[in-house]
Amino acid sequence: MLLRVLAALPFIGILVGVAFVNRVEPLVLGMPFVLAWIVMWVVLSAIIMAVVYRLDPSNRQLAADAEEVRP
Amino acid sequence: MSALVIIAAVTLGALFLGVCARRGHDMSLEQWSVGGRSFGTAFVFLLMAGEIYTTFTFLGGSGFAYGKGAPVYYILAYGTLAYIISYWMLPPIWRYAKTHRLVSQPHFFTRKYDSPALGTLVALVGVAALIPYLVLQLKGLGIIVATVSYGAISSTAAVWIGACVVTAYVTVSGVRGSAWNSVAKDLLILAIVLFLGIYLPLHYYGGFSDMFRAIDAARPGFLSFPARGSSVVWFQSTVLLAALGFFMWPHTFGSIYTAKDERIFRRNAAVLPLYQLILLFVFFVGFAATLRVPGLTGADIDLSLFRLSLQTFDPWFVGVIGAAGILTALVPGSMILTSASTLLANDVYRGMVNRGASDATVATIARVLVPIVALVAVGFTLHGGATIVALLLMGYNFVTQLFPAMICSLRPHNRATRQGAFCGIVAGVAVVALTTLLHWSVGQLMPFLPDALKDVNIGILALVVNVIVFAIVSAVTQPRGAEQTHASAH
Repeated sequence: MLLRVLAALPFIGILVGVAFVNRVEPLVLGMPFVLAWIVMWVVLSAIIMAVVYRLDPSNRQLAADAEEVRP
Repeated sequence: MSALVIIAAVTLGALFLGVCARRGHDMSLEQWSVGGRSFGTAFVFLLMAGEIYTTFTFLGGSGFAYGKGAPVYYILAYGTLAYIISYWMLPPIWRYAKTHRLVSQPHFFTRKYDSPALGTLVALVGVAALIPYLVLQLKGLGIIVATVSYGAISSTAAVWIGACVVTAYVTVSGVRGSAWNSVAKDLLILAIVLFLGIYLPLHYYGGFSDMFRAIDAARPGFLSFPARGSSVVWFQSTVLLAALGFFMWPHTFGSIYTAKDERIFRRNAAVLPLYQLILLFVFFVGFAATLRVPGLTGADIDLSLFRLSLQTFDPWFVGVIGAAGILTALVPGSMILTSASTLLANDVYRGMVNRGASDATVATIARVLVPIVALVAVGFTLHGGATIVALLLMGYNFVTQLFPAMICSLRPHNRATRQGAFCGIVAGVAVVALTTLLHWSVGQLMPFLPDALKDVNIGILALVVNVIVFAIVSAVTQPRGAEQTHASAH
């Protein structure tokens, strides 16, 4: 359940959040504020999904045979 | 002329790689369409990522930034949300597909709902959505070749050449050709887009901040969502629709099957969002073009990247950019062609016309259909005027209609019925087709809505109609003796 709550955050950040940050100034890293906001959530999503991957027990069971075979 | 030599060499190289990829694998239907279910993390990653980096992003993304401004940000958002959903959605689909040895998306629906008619319907919706997608790749090819040849090759001739090349290597190599070319394409496009996205703003404006300040001063409101039209509400509804539809594309659904194990999807869910950030640099190119090559309107906004490149670089470098562009059209183009022809052969022909057809027959028919599908797409390409993004959004609205039936079928106790799924999809697709043909918007259909809601993407309306019909018909057609519960449509 915690995992799904974590995963819901980017949905709230992007879909709801944009309504409140729809402006150009201040520029962040040279980008309009609303664009920087979306970029921030893209990066956060990657981090969140990495955390979810670590915490998810269904990946741990399979971790033993984690060896990758090249296609 | 040097530009033309470079793109010709790259095209031949792509063809060569595609043909080589065939060696060492006998081409059964399973091998041809899902690579024998043997791809590891890297290849599945590339197949899925490869579908984001199509002509749509390269030319459409920069063109949309150039012509519309802020609304282009939606492209960055929907993929991210789709990857998050994929973490939970793809593993059960993959497991089911592996158990039942499925090779296509309609197969999935046929088995889940025990209804070949539903499978055929899904195949037809898939093909209807893939055609605009293929058209936009060919349109991109035409733009690139015509520009890079400095007018020596007409865009009509270029579309024909491109269609022939895609057809050739899809016919010989199937999905493996796509995977190898994906590697070449992604490396080249990554380098080119990063370079252009950094160099052009610095060269013309002195920096990113300076560029955005200049645009904001020249065109106030261009860099944030407008109050009407492509507003925040439009953004929210479009991102949501595209995120749900993302994996409903027949070729994307098919690339799920190519994976070797299910953890690949979970791992990719953390990496693919970052990979998307390359799009940011595509936007920068489009924004850089707004003040430098003004005046492109309508479907011509897709030309902005090349117009600015022509004005900035030597012909040989324009050739390199063109080569990257060609690969972004050829590789996804080949995936789409493979999917569309497999759908028609395996799901429409075997599903409806000849139930007893052998795998060998179906594989042969699929290959015969490749040039025919390509020909149809060429026809639409030469007679259509929509921009690349508009074409893609229409395709998205079609495939998203498959989402409710798909997601319900993943539940352990699916109360939805085949009649419900069938009627829901038909209703949703009908709404999309009607509103697209007649250019209706939500505001026109429902003038009583508050102003803000009038900008909702029309696809949402179709999806709502779909879900309502799906739920009602499922409730009415519950098998006798079932418990007295209402059918839940998600």
